[in-house]
Amino acid sequence: MEILVCVKRVPMVGGKIVLTGDGQEVDTRMSGFTISPHEECAVEEAVQITERLGGTVSVLTLGPPAAADQLREALALGAGRAVLLETDGREWGPIATAAQIVAEVRRRADAGAGYDLVLCGNEAADTGDYQVGVRVAHALGWPCVTGIKSLEVSDVGARAGREYRGTEESFEFGLPAVVTVKEGINLPRYPSLPGRLRAKRAVIERHEPAWQDEGLHKRALRVPEADRKQAEVLGAGADAVPALMRVLEEWGVLP
Amino acid sequence: MTVLCLVEHDASGVADASLRALTFARDLAAGAGVGAVLFGPGDEVPRDALASYGVTGAHVVEPDHLSGYAPQAWARVLAGLAGDTGASAVLAAGTDRGNEVLAHLGAILDLPMAANCLAAEPGDGGTMQIVRQRWAGLLLEDASLAGSPALMTLATETIQAAAVAESGPVAVHPYQPSLDEGDLRVCATESAGHSSGASLATARVVVGGGRGVGGPDGFAPLEELAGLLGGVVGVSRVVTSEGWRPHKQQVGQTGTRITPELYLACGISGAIQHMAGCAGAKHIVAVNTDPGAPILAHADYAVLGDLREVIPALVEALKARSAAR
Repeated sequence: MEILVCVKRVPMVGGKIVLTGDGQEVDTRMSGFTISPHEECAVEEAVQITERLGGTVSVLTLGPPAAADQLREALALGAGRAVLLETDGREWGPIATAAQIVAEVRRRADAGAGYDLVLCGNEAADTGDYQVGVRVAHALGWPCVTGIKSLEVSDVGARAGREYRGTEESFEFGLPAVVTVKEGINLPRYPSLPGRLRAKRAVIERHEPAWQDEGLHKRALRVPEADRKQAEVLGAGADAVPALMRVLEEWGVLP
Repeated sequence: MTVLCLVEHDASGVADASLRALTFARDLAAGAGVGAVLFGPGDEVPRDALASYGVTGAHVVEPDHLSGYAPQAWARVLAGLAGDTGASAVLAAGTDRGNEVLAHLGAILDLPMAANCLAAEPGDGGTMQIVRQRWAGLLLEDASLAGSPALMTLATETIQAAAVAESGPVAVHPYQPSLDEGDLRVCATESAGHSSGASLATARVVVGGGRGVGGPDGFAPLEELAGLLGGVVGVSRVVTSEGWRPHKQQVGQTGTRITPELYLACGISGAIQHMAGCAGAKHIVAVNTDPGAPILAHADYAVLGDLREVIPALVEALKARSAAR
């Protein structure tokens, strides 16, 4: 089973998000970067599948040279091969990103080691475009399922499941296919020491795709105005419970 | 401008997110027609609900032509109808299905798609000036969207559903799509068993538990409290990544977005990814030992103290209250 996992380098944000002065980006001077959460699970899922069925996990990212760090994170988790589509730091849109993933899939097929499965996150933590995987599938003429929380893959096909309005819905489809997953599909492992060492030494395949413009243009980012104030403290410990009961009564939330 | 909007519905009526999307569609159409696109039996078309949200025409694909949920086929239907009606915009609620179908539509029409929009108005040169969410709503993006029709999904939790003052008639148009094999390759099979209990996404009360719960054995008092309040338990990301509780209980950017009347957040510090999931809560009360926890900046009230002391006391108070009635 040859699997391509597409990951994105996103800022690690904790207490609050700060923007750069020109409002174009998240200020990352005080924070690190990480793999977008759904995609971390995509890496884990791919590694689990190849542990069962054999094959290779390739991990791809499109980003600045420093995005090699996120490829090494994935290599430490068990990916065997890494591809960096190196950019000049500009933000690429989902159409251009999908086109470059398609180019990698075709390169690999031409090299005689075509992918059986492309895994993406359901949406990137930062831009939240919800469409890269779908566009890749259309360009390749492959089936696509999104938002997947359970996946069974065999040599001939796959069965994927997700929640819909409190029920489970499932999809059966043949391979090759594109599957976008959500956090919760698995619990990603911690990287092992040998995994880290292997990742450090691994050679990363690099390409420099040409910038491609598309129809959704960012003008500026802004932080929405908070509509809440500092909480009023009702009291400490169990002594605060009568005051809390009065508040809940007033809000009409008691049965 | 004529606007088409995907409507998700079942025998119990139109999904709340779709009513909000229709409200947005009506504002954008500014007096021109709003076409609703529905999949299901013709006799289940919720005409009254559609009429009261200003829908002028309902395009209905009957199960004879397309049964079940097939994302690419649904997108093919929207593409056909967009062409037939000359719609300037095609919208859907930013639900799992809405985002998925509009992504397929973008790929089919080779047009950009803007996900989770809060506002849109026609701009220069046929563009749409939009505001959309990033980081699950923690940031907003002002952007221009090219392409006709403009393809957008909507951050419906930010939109209030509003009925029209006087509703007109809804013309029902059956639609027969022409689909190819590829469109039907992926089709959902729904399991018969509905999940028991109240859903986290729609619960009226959510009792949240975070790192402060201490471990997998600490949730019983929260479950009991949630039961007494007619609600459900939700948890923070650390709780699911530690494996203390199943992921389906997670509230946050990578979990469920909740919209309860009351969110009682116990032992949760309030990382912004968590707050993205509970921004739709009407009231928030935090129970926390740390007066400096970020969640206090988002809560209406706080109880400072150990949840292992506060929760049992609250459970006793609720039991005493119901015994006295």
